[in-house]
Amino acid sequence: MIFDGFFLRALLAGTGIALAAGPLGCFVVWRRMAYFGDATAHAAILGVALSLALDTMMPVGVLATAAGMALAVTFLAGRGLAVDTLLGVAAHSALAFGVLALAWTGQKGVDLHRYLFGDVLLVTDGEIGAIWAGALLLVALLAWRWPALLTATVSEDLARAEGIHPARERLVLMLAVAVLVAMAIDVVGALLVTALLIIPAATARPFATTPERMAVSAGLIGVVATALGLVAAFAWDAPAGPSIVAASAVGFGISSLASLFGKTHLG
Amino acid sequence: MTLIATEDLTIRLDGRTILHGVDFAIREGEIVTVVGPNGSGKSTFMRALVGALAPAKGTVTRRAGLRIGYVPQTLHIDPTLPLTVARFLSLPVRRDARAVAAALAETGLPDTIAARQITALSGGQFQRVLLARALLTDPHILVLDEPTKGLDQPGVAAFYLLIERVRQRLGCAVLMVSHDLHVVMSASDRVICINGHICCEGAPTAVSEAPEYRALFGHGTRGALALYQHEHDHHHEHSHDHGEHP
Repeated sequence: MIFDGFFLRALLAGTGIALAAGPLGCFVVWRRMAYFGDATAHAAILGVALSLALDTMMPVGVLATAAGMALAVTFLAGRGLAVDTLLGVAAHSALAFGVLALAWTGQKGVDLHRYLFGDVLLVTDGEIGAIWAGALLLVALLAWRWPALLTATVSEDLARAEGIHPARERLVLMLAVAVLVAMAIDVVGALLVTALLIIPAATARPFATTPERMAVSAGLIGVVATALGLVAAFAWDAPAGPSIVAASAVGFGISSLASLFGKTHLG
Repeated sequence: MTLIATEDLTIRLDGRTILHGVDFAIREGEIVTVVGPNGSGKSTFMRALVGALAPAKGTVTRRAGLRIGYVPQTLHIDPTLPLTVARFLSLPVRRDARAVAAALAETGLPDTIAARQITALSGGQFQRVLLARALLTDPHILVLDEPTKGLDQPGVAAFYLLIERVRQRLGCAVLMVSHDLHVVMSASDRVICINGHICCEGAPTAVSEAPEYRALFGHGTRGALALYQHEHDHHHEHSHDHGEHP
């Protein structure tokens, strides 16, 4: 019974996202961009409202506002306010305005809950195709830019001395996060997207010795946690998005304890 | 042939002018040392030369295809990033294991360090790893920003000997920021004093011939003096308009 069409579709959608979120999330962790992930994800709610008001396709509106937020934050950072303050303001105002905009569009039957926490059961075959296309695109993008992204993450000065443009690599990452948000909003919702980025990467950290191993492990850990979370959600009739994040969090707890007691921590 | 040149270089950071009106050039094989008080813009100057900072005014010209081995003054590796020495040395260009082993050996590091995490190294080991990474680019010029910062006295002496050995093998130019005036005085072709601008520059001959610097230098680097001897065929006046060095 568990392997019905709903479950398989949820599994395909969730694992596709997790596969891309793991490696991308490593950069979010290394560059301390967690708050940035939140700001981008929360802007997606505004995108949902915009799409409903303008009657455009949802992913287009979401991608536009998420990317817009990413660009705005990048532009404003380093112009006075501390970055975490700026991102805090951006993240929470985007959420507030997004929820207000959804209320103002006044459409009956707009389920706010769905966009905040996701509803993977409503994912269509077409969306699964879009998610996997997006996931493969993101993985290919990261693989292509990997040496430059990594060097710019280690040291912007060293990168520039090697002819790499750190600002360009930063932009690549920001837009990649926006794409992931647009992919993931149906599955885990705007409030939990950042968890998909950060938790698998943090879980992989204690056992990784190189950035590449951490990125691959994070992708695999995310896939396993997503599958386990969905099994639990279907078995106990629980909401899918929070179940996936909860399963990831349990994995992180186990990893942290294991590294604490096993002393395998190399960092 | 000129490797890097600046013309009327001005650098602003956060609205403050750090450097202004800097005209500078370094030629193939030349050893130039930059001295100056704290906050005088030495690091800013180095970062501008390697292309890490864009000029607010003026130009920085690097010879086409110039390979720079840059050792920054500070480099913080975030503890969330797992990074072995070997992986760090392959950033951004993949180096084969033999080249990595050779660079480690040349900088006096054991083979086994390649598998260790960068964040687990001592200060001296980390400086040598930074130099090893610079060497792997087969540089035309080494740009070293206080490479001996945080090292103890024998460590400083050993590091300068290492730099000299490397320079002799590669024949590259060396541009470095240093507070070790005794080294500066006898090792450099030219000394640049920076304090927001180039306040003086010239051959260090006059100072290096002073017996107290000779004595200091001889003890400090255990006879490295001979290695550092250069023929200076010109003498010219230059006045030091600030006296922050002993």
